[in-house]
Amino acid sequence: MSAVVDHHAADDHHHHGPQSGFRRWLFTTNHKDIGTMYLWFSFIMFLYGGSMAMILRAELFQPGLQLIEPEFFNQMTTMHGLIMVFGAVMPAFVGLANWLIPMMVGAPDMALPRMNNWSFWLLPFAFSMLISTMFMEGGGPNFGWTFYAPLSTTYAPPSVTFFIFAVHLMGISSIMGSINIIATILNLRAPGMTLMKMPLFVWTWLITAYLLIAVMPVLAGAVTMMLMDIHFGTSFFNAAGGGDPVLFQHVFWFFGHPEVYIMILPGFGVVSQIIPTFSRKPLFGYTSMVYATASIAFLSFIVWAHHMFTVGMPLAAELFFMYATMLIAVPTGVKVFNWVTTMWRGSLSFETPMLFSIAFIVLFTIGGLSGLMLAIAPSDFQYHDTYFVVAHFHYVLIPGAIFAIMAGVYYWLPKWTGHMYNVPLSRLHFWLSFIGLNVAFFPMHFVGLAGMPRRIPDYALQFADFNMISTVGAFLFGVSQFILLVIVIQCIKGGRKVSAQVWDGAEGLEWTLPSPAPYHSFTTPPEVR
Amino acid sequence: MEEQPKQAELARTIRRSVLIVCGMFFFGFALVPLYDVFCEVTGINGKTSGERYEGVTAGKVDESRTVRLQFVASTNAEMPWEFRPGEFELVVHPGEVRDTVYLARNLAERDMVGQAVPSVSPGLAAKYLHKVECFCFQQQPLAAGAEAELPLRFMIDPEIPEDIHTLTLSYTLFNADRAAVRNKTVLAQQRN
Amino acid sequence: MRFLNPRWSVPAAMLLMMASPIARAAWELNMTEGVTAVSREIFGLHMLIFWICVVIGVVVFGVMFWSIFAHRRSQGAKASQFHESTTVEIIWTVVPFVILIAMAVPSTGALVRIYDTGDADIDIKVNGYQWKWQYEYLGEGVSFFSNLSTPKDEIYNRAEKNENYLLEVDEPLVIPVDKKVRFLVTANDVIHSWWVPELAVKRDAIPGFINEAWTKAEKVGTYRGQCAELCGKDHGFMPIVVEVKSQEDYDAWLLARKELAAKEAELKNKQWTMAELMERGEQVYTKNCAACHQANGQGVAGTFPSLKGTDMMLKDRAGHIDVIINGRPGTMMAAYGPQLSEVDIAAVVTYERNAWGNDTGDMVTPMDIVAIKQGQ
Repeated sequence: MSAVVDHHAADDHHHHGPQSGFRRWLFTTNHKDIGTMYLWFSFIMFLYGGSMAMILRAELFQPGLQLIEPEFFNQMTTMHGLIMVFGAVMPAFVGLANWLIPMMVGAPDMALPRMNNWSFWLLPFAFSMLISTMFMEGGGPNFGWTFYAPLSTTYAPPSVTFFIFAVHLMGISSIMGSINIIATILNLRAPGMTLMKMPLFVWTWLITAYLLIAVMPVLAGAVTMMLMDIHFGTSFFNAAGGGDPVLFQHVFWFFGHPEVYIMILPGFGVVSQIIPTFSRKPLFGYTSMVYATASIAFLSFIVWAHHMFTVGMPLAAELFFMYATMLIAVPTGVKVFNWVTTMWRGSLSFETPMLFSIAFIVLFTIGGLSGLMLAIAPSDFQYHDTYFVVAHFHYVLIPGAIFAIMAGVYYWLPKWTGHMYNVPLSRLHFWLSFIGLNVAFFPMHFVGLAGMPRRIPDYALQFADFNMISTVGAFLFGVSQFILLVIVIQCIKGGRKVSAQVWDGAEGLEWTLPSPAPYHSFTTPPEVR
Repeated sequence: MEEQPKQAELARTIRRSVLIVCGMFFFGFALVPLYDVFCEVTGINGKTSGERYEGVTAGKVDESRTVRLQFVASTNAEMPWEFRPGEFELVVHPGEVRDTVYLARNLAERDMVGQAVPSVSPGLAAKYLHKVECFCFQQQPLAAGAEAELPLRFMIDPEIPEDIHTLTLSYTLFNADRAAVRNKTVLAQQRN
Repeated sequence: MRFLNPRWSVPAAMLLMMASPIARAAWELNMTEGVTAVSREIFGLHMLIFWICVVIGVVVFGVMFWSIFAHRRSQGAKASQFHESTTVEIIWTVVPFVILIAMAVPSTGALVRIYDTGDADIDIKVNGYQWKWQYEYLGEGVSFFSNLSTPKDEIYNRAEKNENYLLEVDEPLVIPVDKKVRFLVTANDVIHSWWVPELAVKRDAIPGFINEAWTKAEKVGTYRGQCAELCGKDHGFMPIVVEVKSQEDYDAWLLARKELAAKEAELKNKQWTMAELMERGEQVYTKNCAACHQANGQGVAGTFPSLKGTDMMLKDRAGHIDVIINGRPGTMMAAYGPQLSEVDIAAVVTYERNAWGNDTGDMVTPMDIVAIKQGQ
């Protein structure tokens, strides 16, 4: 409640623009500053988690153990997963939301600016704690980002307690961020901006924010139960005391599956903004897009056990989760068809954001189709926990979430900085990423089908060729991300000045603001017809 | 001014969101008992009831068919006991009350407490296996080097579906030392 | 920078896409068809869904690439402004739904068959340990561990890797051909998953619970698989090897196994010499202990304690035996009392107390261990 009251006080003494020096960043309640910090934080985490992936891929370049020991390999897979999910993808989308939602709905700032500051500043603490576990006795978390009990409870290294607290902090940060986003969207819209007139990015974020406040508390519950099992002698997940390790998986995936959509829905939103702009044509089927997003979100709550087809569920449960999972293909298909139809008979041009968006549609669809294959429970007995799964979720997460984020950054960066970025360099970035990612992850389908389990530091000889190719692709992808760093820094420092409109086909309130966008977005609410 | 209603609306949005957050946190914990109920109904994991079965009635034995019941024993990593079924399998009529034993020997040089955790396969058959008396209902203390016959009295429900011919009852013995309230008198008796 | 020109971006992307199915055929790295009815059914299902996905992909991407070619602004395309069509929306909701039903029907049938574990000829308990498998032939009194047999030298690139690198074990699981074998899968410590692709069996092994799976191999041969659930440090080093033998060969093997078990039981009464114990102890150590405590006994700092020159090794014989039999609850050290025979425990204790310069001269005999196990 106090945050609500604070909001106006904070607003009042901020009419003068940013403070100077580090205090600007430490105490800021401005949605653009906070959005910027989220994006930088996420980029740093992206590089950090990415360098862990490079270590993994380097070890997997050839059969045999060359660089690291299995114990450390497991820590790397775990940290890579945790950092990419909670440190790179989620904060990046929150950063985009912070920057864009007030501008898109015609608000001066976020609804709860002070809470906004807290929700960001929790993250560096959370991740410092998580990363510090790597230097503790017994090493950091080594039980996979899914931390199945009892490997993560009875058999975990002592640092697991810090891991649990770090997850708690990340959870609190996300929940606060989400409440803020919900409040902004529901309460600060400009007059005339009805729900069904909101840009799709805002819609997808509204739905994502609801998913977040629904499932992050469940994750918090799960890690709290772990904490109690480890330190207070309870037996939630310990069969000895009447608990059940499979229960952990149910609780985790009840969080985990919606989490997957949390990482992709805002990406759908970004792409739904960009495709119409560069097709110079309104988005096809706006209403069905909204309903499709909502149904995906709803379905995400009833499909969790498809991650557990081999766990020994009764036949009826297997069938239920198989059918429910297959159903998700319907709304997802609707979205893809809508995007393709939006491009159909448009007037297309291929600026960098559009390149990323087209790659998004193509590669995300491939990931979606392999997801459909995984949904078939009988075949999942052969796919489960192999590199086929690794290929699948990297296809939905890199060209899905990460390409959407990059598309969004290239699309709105001129609006944020007032400068056009280095276009040829951005194309180089796109092509190297695109090629690198396909070279890295496409062969993983093959090794997975041929029988290579995931999360192993060393493998049998028949997997050697494709693993070598994967590693080369991964390094290409990894190295090319530094191009993005150069482009962004160049663009902040200077470059060709852009108009308020930036892209000729762009529509939405954010393009009515001057470029760079002023420190306070809409001090007087715009009229929306 | 429309400022006031806006503030009230904002407060309402926040209240609702916080309510969802708290609700879902408790829902996470509520999943634990919900899951147990769910397991009992559907037989996930082949969990059997931890309670003594009281519904034995005489004369309802189904002589027309038999069910093969296999006994399996495992020990957990932290459990230095030898643990095995007294007999590997029994052929029983549904409705008939039968007895068998498991044999346990504490290999350790100290007194210990074990807890046996049952699991039935196929899972769906779990609810048709009634335990009238089972060593898994309590923790089992055993003195260093001592041996014990752990009794099990059970009945297979006459309602068991016709297509189930074989049931496997597995017990895994866990170390319950940390959670155990040690039963000193039992240990003392075994030592003598 | 010609290839960076947007005009070339799309054909390039397309080529990459087209290349993938070709690669699949040429490199022959598809899912195995396997050697059971179930595995062939799964393979058929996998290929069916794969081709449906390919068709969907071709249609969707075809339409998309057509717009990319034909509806470019640089080609002077004018954007039409249509943005809604309820008919179209209904069609592309209903058509995928129908396709899904067509996929669900054969999948349901396959799943029902996978779950039909009844009326097996042989029951085998599969027990996952960190990091090995134990097989117990129920009712036969035969039970043994199956460890990775790839030498450390191959793993650490000091020796040439053999063709079954990481997929070889000291004692494979042996089953007869054309017999329905039921697996009761469980675990001793953490969750493992028992997977043999050619049998299309993958079941999680969960401590405290048993899971069922079954197979009926139709071809004599050796089939290899791996643990499929992250289970700690050596998750990648606990393979599964299944030898499918003819009924006669299987019977002979089982008989030999039983005789061997009887002989092993006799061994504890024999008079052991120090040299014999040391030799056997080294074998036991390599199989069971070296994964953590390392071949040189020095462990891994911070995770697995060293056994070289420690107080326990040099002075505390009783404590040493106690840790091996009972394990250290709350740590990775499992209780080996139920896993190892008296002979093996005696041998490994003797070995550890005399190897790597520990040189205590202590000799522990199998009868000592028998006495301890009986609570003396």
